[in-house]
Amino acid sequence: MLLFAIIVLGGIGIVSSILLYLTSKKFEVYEDPLIAQVQEVLPAANCGGCGYPGCSGFASACVNAESLDDLLCPVGGREVMGKVAAILGKDAGTTEPMIAVVHCNGNCEARPRTNHYNGVNNCTIASALYGGETGCTYGCLGFGDCVTACTFGAILINPVTGLPEIDEDKCTSCGACVKACPKSLIELRKKGPKSRRIYVSCANKDKGGVARKACTNACIGCSKCEKECPFEAITITNNLAYIDYRKCRLCRKCVPICPTKAIHKLNFPPKKEAAAGSKETEKELI
Amino acid sequence: MENKLVISPSPHIHSGDSIPKNMYGVLIALIPSFLVALYYFGLGALVVTLTSVISCVAIEYVIQKYMMKQEPTIYDGSAILTGVLLAFNLPSNLPIWIIVLGAFAAIGIGKMSFGGLGNNIFNPALVGRVFLLISFPAQMTTWPLPGKLPLTYTDGNTGATILSLLKEGASNLPSYPDMLLGNLSGSLGEVSAIALLSGMAYLLYRKIITWHIPVSILTAVFVITGIMYLADPVTYAHPLVHLLTGGLLLGAIFMATDYVTSPMSTKGMLVFGVGIGVLTSVIRLFGSYPEGMSFAILIMNAFTPLINTYFKPKHFGGI
Amino acid sequence: MLRTFRIGGIHPPENKLSAGKKITALAVPTQVVIPLSQHIGAPAQAVVKKGDTVKVGTLLGKAGGFVSANIHSSVSGKVNKIDDALDASGYKRPAVYIDVEGDEWEEQIDRSETLNKVCNLSSKEIITKIAEAGIVGLGGATFPTQVKLTPPPGTNAEILIINAAECEPYLTADHSLMMEKGAEILTGITILMKAINVKKAVIGIESNKPDAISLFKHMIVHFEGIEIMPLKVQYPQGGEKQLIDAVIGTQVKSGALPISVGAVVQNTGTAFAVYEAVQKNKPLIERVVTVTGKNVANPSNFLVRIGTPISSLIAAAGGIPENTEKIIGGGPMMGKALVSTEIPVTKGSSGVLLISNKEAVRKPMRNCIRCSKCITVCPMGLNPTLLMNTSEFRNWDLAEKNYIVDCIECGSCSYTCPANRPLLDYIRLGKGKVMGIIRARKS
Repeated sequence: MLLFAIIVLGGIGIVSSILLYLTSKKFEVYEDPLIAQVQEVLPAANCGGCGYPGCSGFASACVNAESLDDLLCPVGGREVMGKVAAILGKDAGTTEPMIAVVHCNGNCEARPRTNHYNGVNNCTIASALYGGETGCTYGCLGFGDCVTACTFGAILINPVTGLPEIDEDKCTSCGACVKACPKSLIELRKKGPKSRRIYVSCANKDKGGVARKACTNACIGCSKCEKECPFEAITITNNLAYIDYRKCRLCRKCVPICPTKAIHKLNFPPKKEAAAGSKETEKELI
Repeated sequence: MENKLVISPSPHIHSGDSIPKNMYGVLIALIPSFLVALYYFGLGALVVTLTSVISCVAIEYVIQKYMMKQEPTIYDGSAILTGVLLAFNLPSNLPIWIIVLGAFAAIGIGKMSFGGLGNNIFNPALVGRVFLLISFPAQMTTWPLPGKLPLTYTDGNTGATILSLLKEGASNLPSYPDMLLGNLSGSLGEVSAIALLSGMAYLLYRKIITWHIPVSILTAVFVITGIMYLADPVTYAHPLVHLLTGGLLLGAIFMATDYVTSPMSTKGMLVFGVGIGVLTSVIRLFGSYPEGMSFAILIMNAFTPLINTYFKPKHFGGI
Repeated sequence: MLRTFRIGGIHPPENKLSAGKKITALAVPTQVVIPLSQHIGAPAQAVVKKGDTVKVGTLLGKAGGFVSANIHSSVSGKVNKIDDALDASGYKRPAVYIDVEGDEWEEQIDRSETLNKVCNLSSKEIITKIAEAGIVGLGGATFPTQVKLTPPPGTNAEILIINAAECEPYLTADHSLMMEKGAEILTGITILMKAINVKKAVIGIESNKPDAISLFKHMIVHFEGIEIMPLKVQYPQGGEKQLIDAVIGTQVKSGALPISVGAVVQNTGTAFAVYEAVQKNKPLIERVVTVTGKNVANPSNFLVRIGTPISSLIAAAGGIPENTEKIIGGGPMMGKALVSTEIPVTKGSSGVLLISNKEAVRKPMRNCIRCSKCITVCPMGLNPTLLMNTSEFRNWDLAEKNYIVDCIECGSCSYTCPANRPLLDYIRLGKGKVMGIIRARKS
C-alpha cells in the first residue's frame, strides 16, 4: 500500500517536472543577462522617478542606451549609477543630483486663518473647492497629498508650522510629490554642493500689499533681489521672484536683502558679517 | 464675523441616516420573534440571547481596543445584532460555554479577522452558527419542546424539528397554525413565521431592506419544492411546509439581507436570492443535513463579489 | 401618477421658507464688483479701463471665445479699478470694481413695465441679441445660452423643455419669478421656441408649487404650443438629463448632449432674461436671489444687481444669525460654501443660504457597510461607493469603465450614506482626473 502511494506520487512528480521543463524551454523569453545584473544593483524601489516603468524598465533602458548621460536613478544617485556604469562598461552620466524644495513658508503664525475647512483631508479635493483656509490662495493647504505620494517617507507635515518638510537624507528626487501637489508648490532643484541651496519660499502671485496681508512671509515682488543679484539668476514674474538654480552661484547677497525673508538658504555655515548686515537692512526697510 | 466660516464640499445637508439607526432598526424588527421565543422557550431563550449578545460585544471591544488598537465602535449596534442573530440560530438549551465559543467564531473569525464591520465576506452570525453546528452536532440538534413560559434552562424535554422529521420520512407534522405561531421545536428565533414576517414588514417600511432578496429566496424555494411535491407528494412535503419551517424565513429576512455580505445592485440581489433558494432546497431535499439555509447563505456570500462584478446597477441612458 | 425621472432620486426636506414672498428690489450698493468670469468657458475680456464712466447696461467685458459671455455694468458710475477679486469659486479672478454714482441707464433699454408680446425677429437675430445681452443659464450651471441655442450641425431640435423644477431645497427664486412675471416668462419661451425653430415647449414644474401651476394653466391658453407638466417632487429633477427623462421619457445616452434626443432645456429665469433682452434691449444685469436659512429673520426673494456683495443681501434679510457656520451660494445640495460675505452676486447666484452649526456638521466617516443605498439613490445609475474607492486608490481605468464622468455631482449619495462617507468629494476628484485623461487621449 505504502509502496503504491510512493510510486504514484513519484510518477506524477516526474511526469510534471518533464512537462514543466519542456514548456519552459518552448516558451523561453530571451533577456539580456546584463539587465538582471543591472537590476541587481538598483534600489528596487520601483518608484518610477527615473521616468521608466519600474527598476527593470530602467535597467533595460540603461543596457540599451548609447551613453548613460541622460539616465539617472534618483533613488540611488551617483553611487548606484557608478555601479551600473561599471557593469555596462560605460561612462557614468553627469546628471546632477536633485532634491525637492517646497515653495511656501506660510506657517500658522505668518498666515492667519480666515475660514475653517471641514472636509476630507486631501489637498486635491480642498483645492478643487477653493483657495484654502487662509487669505493666500497659492500657499500650502497642509493636508499632505505630498506625504501620501512619497514612498520613501521623506516628507512629513511639521505639526507646528503645518507645512511639509523634506528629509534631505531620504529624498530621492523621484518627483512623486511634485505631481501630487495641486498647488504646484514643490520643485526639484539642484541639491547643490554640500546640500547648500537658495530658493524663494513663496508662490504667491498677488500684488505685494495683498500678499503681505495674507502672509507675513510672502514674496511681495519688490524686485530688490533681482537688482542685487550679480548673476542675473533672479527674475520677477507676476509679483513673484524665482531663483534659477542653473545660474545661481550661492553668493547669498539676495538673502539678507529680502524684506519679508522669503528667500531661504539651507545648510550654509553661519556668516557673522552677513548676519549683522541683514539686521541693519531690515531696519532700514521698516 | 467673529466665527470663521466653515467651508466644505457640497452637499451641505445629510439625511441623518446612520449605521446605528439601521442596526437598531433590525433589532426592533427582531423583537416579535424574541417575544415568541420567550413565550415558548422561557428562561432558556433569555439566557442564550443575553450570553450571545454580551459575549459578541465583549469580544468585539477587546479585539478592537487591544489587538487592532482602534477606537471601539460597539455602540453602532452591529455586534449586538450579530449576537442576537447568532442566538436566534441556536437551540434554547445550549450550554453557555458553547455559546461563548460560537460568539468568538462569529466576531473573531467571521468579522474582525477581515478588518471589522464592512470588510467581512461571510455573515458573522452564520459563521458562528455553522462553526458550532460542525463542532457540536449533538448539542446543536437537540431542540427543547415548546412550552408555556417554562422556567427551565438546560433540562426539559427535547424533540426533533419538522425538517429532521421530514428527513426520516415521518408524516404526522404539526398543523399550519402551529407553524405560523411558532408552537414547534427549533432554534429559538426561527419558530414563528408571523413574528418574522411582521419584522420584515417593519424593515420594508423603514426602507432598511428592499424586497428583492427575501422574495427571491422564498419564490425559489417555493417553486423547487413545489415541483418536487407535484412530482411525488408522498416523499416530498408541501412547499408551504418548507416555507414556514426551519430557518428559511429568519435567514431570508434577516441573514441573507445583511448589508455587508449581500450584492449591491437589484439584479445582483435577485441572483443572490435565487441562488440561496436553490441551494437551500437542494440541501433540504437531497442533502444529508435536514436544514440548508446557513450553508446556502454562506456559499452565496462567497459569490457576492463576483455577482457585484457582473451585475452592475442599471446605468442612465445605457439601454 | 405624476411623472418623474426613472432612476434613483431623493426627497430631502423642502424648507421653502421664502415661498410666497414678493420679489423686492434691493437698493443699489455704493460699490459693485463685477467678475469677468461669471460663466462656464473663457472669461470675458475687459473693454473698459480705470476712470471710465459707465452707465447701467454699458458693456464691460466682451466674450472671450465661442463658449463665453458678455459682461455688462449693472450700475452707473466710475470704474475704480480692474483687479482680482475673490468670487464664489473660492479663488481670485479678474473683476471690474465700479463706484456707483446715480442710476443712469443706457438709452436703448426700455424700462417700462408694459408687456411686449410681439416679436418679429428671425431666429438668427434673436440668438445674436441673446449673445449680446450676455445671457447664461440662470439655474446655476451658467452655460452661455446662445451656444445652447445653436444646435451642432446634423442635429435638430424638436422640443423646448423649460426647467421650472427648482428641486433644490430652500430656493424659491424661480418660483417667485413665475408668480410675478408669468406673462413675460411665457413670451420669453415663445421667443426661445422661435430661436430654435420648434413648435412645442413643455414647462416641467414640481408639484410642490401648486399656485404657480394653476396660474400658468390659466395663462398658457394665450400662448401657442406651450404645455405645463407637474412633476413628482424628487431631487435632482432639475438636472438636465433627469428633466428630459421625466418630461419626454427618453434617456440621453452617456456622453451625449440633450440635443441628441431633440431636446433643448432652458431655465425659467433664463426665459425671463431672454424676454428682457429681446423685447426690452436689457442685458443681464440683475437677477432674483433667494436669501434664506432656518434662522434668518426674513427669508426673502430679492431682485439684485449683479456685483452686489452678498453681505448687503444678508443685511436686508435681517443679518447673520448668531450660530451661522456656513454661508452657501446656491442650494444646500449643490451650492458652494462661500469664503467671505464680500463675495459679489453673479449671474449664477440663485440663492444665499445661511446654515447653522447644527445643520452644517459633517460627521466622522465610517467603513462602507455596502448597504447600496447610494446606488439606489444615484440618478445616473452609477455605483458611488465603487467610484469613491477607485478615486481614493487612483484606479482611473476602473473609474472610467464605471462611467465616473457621467456623475452630475448632485450629492444624493453623500446625502444618503449612513456611514457618512464623503462619496461625492472623491468622485468629483476622480471625475476631474478621468476627464483630463480622456481629453489628453483625444488630442
